[in-house]
Amino acid sequence: MSLPLIRALVDRLVAGLIVLCVSVAAIPVLVLLLFVLINGLPGMLTPGFFTDPPYPQGVPGGGVLNAIIGTLEIVGIGSLLAVPVGALIGIFLSEYGRNPIGNTVRFISDVFTGLPSIAFGIFGYTVVVLTTHHFSALSASIALAVLMLPVILRATETALVLVPNSLREAGLALGAPRWRVTLEIVVPAALGGIVTGALLAMARAAGETAPLLFTAFGNDIVQTNPLQPMGALSLTIFRNALVPYPNLQQQAWAAALLLVALVAATNILARIYVRRSQR
Amino acid sequence: MIATTSMQTEVAPPPARDADVEIKLDARHVNFWYGDFQALHDASLAVQARKITALIGPSGCGKTTFLRIFNRMHDLTPGTRATGEVLLDGNNVLSSDIDVINLRRQVGMLFQRANPFPKSIYDNVAYGPHILGWSKEQINQIVEESLKDTGLWDEVKDRLRRSALNLSGGQQQRLCLARALAVKPEVILMDEPASALDPIATLRIEELMQELKKRYTIVIVTHNMQQASRVSDSTAFMLMNQKRAGEVIEFGPTDDIFNRPKDGRTEDYITGRFG
Repeated sequence: MSLPLIRALVDRLVAGLIVLCVSVAAIPVLVLLLFVLINGLPGMLTPGFFTDPPYPQGVPGGGVLNAIIGTLEIVGIGSLLAVPVGALIGIFLSEYGRNPIGNTVRFISDVFTGLPSIAFGIFGYTVVVLTTHHFSALSASIALAVLMLPVILRATETALVLVPNSLREAGLALGAPRWRVTLEIVVPAALGGIVTGALLAMARAAGETAPLLFTAFGNDIVQTNPLQPMGALSLTIFRNALVPYPNLQQQAWAAALLLVALVAATNILARIYVRRSQR
Repeated sequence: MIATTSMQTEVAPPPARDADVEIKLDARHVNFWYGDFQALHDASLAVQARKITALIGPSGCGKTTFLRIFNRMHDLTPGTRATGEVLLDGNNVLSSDIDVINLRRQVGMLFQRANPFPKSIYDNVAYGPHILGWSKEQINQIVEESLKDTGLWDEVKDRLRRSALNLSGGQQQRLCLARALAVKPEVILMDEPASALDPIATLRIEELMQELKKRYTIVIVTHNMQQASRVSDSTAFMLMNQKRAGEVIEFGPTDDIFNRPKDGRTEDYITGRFG
């Protein structure tokens, strides 16, 4: 066999292997999505799914309005807490963190990333629920904020480190103080990465169930007061999936589909934003 | 003996020869370290006001290190240390009580690669004046002036709000020059400003330098000996010593350095025998 022929064969073989590996990774995801779509769509199309709270068992109809509002509010408040703090820590790490303090912060953040999410629930429970003596959306937001924090601060740091040093030098060479160069040149140049990190952290938080179990606790009526127990999509899925009633199970599937759609939308939004900001 | 003394006067660098010469930037016996590594050894240089002074020499000889001492850019790198004096109008810029922010406003810099901010053309030039807190009208005026000074105005006046990153490489470098001019510096340091540009864009920058030297003092680091001989009034030739620290081997009028070098090493370098 001639050398070019062998090369062509090896090329084909390796390309085939890569396609195989990609398929092994992608097929389960696609199957899962398809499964959620098939099982969730009927429930989602039930009238009242988006507009009604759950009805008592035995009463037909009902929806997950309580959970939709709950998820948006809990994650929203959590993000308001986590994004500014996380972004500021990220800025500190990238611009001023080449020292033992920075390394300590990085280490703690990495430990936090590896913690099981229920641990954040225990944190919210101990710090807020036990001191206020009742479950609340706020305690869930705080638990999720702590969970989001390491994701946001690392994403921010990574985005800022990628900003070429020549931009910092250019700013400083004009006689700009370092803090202004950081805020007015470096951060805007990295905004795409920072926003993406924040959105991905929000998407992850929206899908978490464990930290909500003994903080937000769940609530079947539509509740907007953050100091009261509140429903969430992930809690609806968790509870309804475990009951023997087919209509509630269907609602769980639909809630799962909605959650997947929400997370996917956030991810797509993040990508579009990055593509825009790179132009 | 007397003959030798008069010879010495003949060969002394131009600043010492003529009392009328105004020295803008006077580096005296500067040593510089990156951590334990000494990058500059006893380097001296007298930069004349409103002239172009070139630093030439092979890679790694400390030209850029030397240049960046003049506006304290090394402050950003941990573990760097300088001794000696660099006098700007008589004030030592290496002294710890100098206002570095103010120094950098007086001593602007143009970098090897054009580094426009990822902002609009207007905002790039306006950034320095904006930091200084000038009024909107003043900023508008200085942006237009600076862009005209760098010959960019006619090319960009209709798209001032568009991103600076859409400009060509040569235009970007001239924009960076306009940005540096906008804070009205007295000295402009140029670190191989044309090394990433094509010959036509390079020529444009060199023409600009001749225009700018009427008002500004320019120090340029260049790899390109033709460029140094074309644009500069004085030239310093630098080389590494045995310990790899940069030294100023010879400094004098550009014409002398290129046509009548006194040091054999200078002659070897400019005639292309090494480097």
